[in-house]
Amino acid sequence: MIVLVTGLLAFSGALLMLIAAVGLLRMPDFYTRMQAAAKAGTLGILLIVAATGITLGSISALLHAFLASLFFLLTAPVAAHLLGRAAYLSGIRPWVLEDELAGRYHPATHELRSSNAPTASAPGIDRVEETLS
Amino acid sequence: MHGFLLNVLLALVWTMAVGKFTFPQLVLGFLLGFVVVTIVEPLWGKPSYALRIGRALRLAGFFLRELILSSLRIAYDVLTPQLHAQPRIIAVPLDAQTDTEITLLANFLTLPPGTLSLDVSVDKRVLYVHAMYVDHRDQFIREVKRGMEARLLEALR
Repeated sequence: MIVLVTGLLAFSGALLMLIAAVGLLRMPDFYTRMQAAAKAGTLGILLIVAATGITLGSISALLHAFLASLFFLLTAPVAAHLLGRAAYLSGIRPWVLEDELAGRYHPATHELRSSNAPTASAPGIDRVEETLS
Repeated sequence: MHGFLLNVLLALVWTMAVGKFTFPQLVLGFLLGFVVVTIVEPLWGKPSYALRIGRALRLAGFFLRELILSSLRIAYDVLTPQLHAQPRIIAVPLDAQTDTEITLLANFLTLPPGTLSLDVSVDKRVLYVHAMYVDHRDQFIREVKRGMEARLLEALR
């Protein structure tokens, strides 16, 4: 019974990671690719770690599995978020229907405004749109 | 949050008092500490500790559901020939105020596939989110605010 459950967990985890890898090829731009690769994989890893913990069965193995999942949940979004921001700042155009972030970074300081209202402290907004387009 | 740390501390104190550092004793200490903190916290004028733990657990449940549902959605999109993604970068106005709240919200939004928080404006009023499956901008903002943000703030405050 337990073998069946853990087998199912590990299998669906591996399947999800395979799908994430295929998604890396199929998605249209950097941002969507990263979403597919970095995060459809998250659930896959969690499932495999859970299966390992249950298979080993001891309390310390379960605690380790829990800790591993926790650290993964803590670190994965930070990495994804930083990659996304870095990509946007280095001028990779997102394939999107609407982009409300366009032109809101200060070109020199990368200071981010909350609206498109022009302010005195952001003289180079036009330049940012030039470099991004 | 402080209540939870106090609870863990009390669990450690319990294992020291008993002199046996084993897992069952740690759990017992945690349960006893839970009772103590539940009684003590209202005296400091804080909302009920048990209630907040309940909310945190509900947030975790909601989050797991989102993670699974959106993973399946991306998997479906990858496996079927047609691409259904309609990605948008959306400015979500924030009710969360402190750095902790915003950081947690951004992280919680980034984890499930389909949404990715890109940046927060300098004045901490707007969170820019890259979302893959959005039919309508305002609907997405409403979903985030009612779902993830409301539950998160409820658990933290």
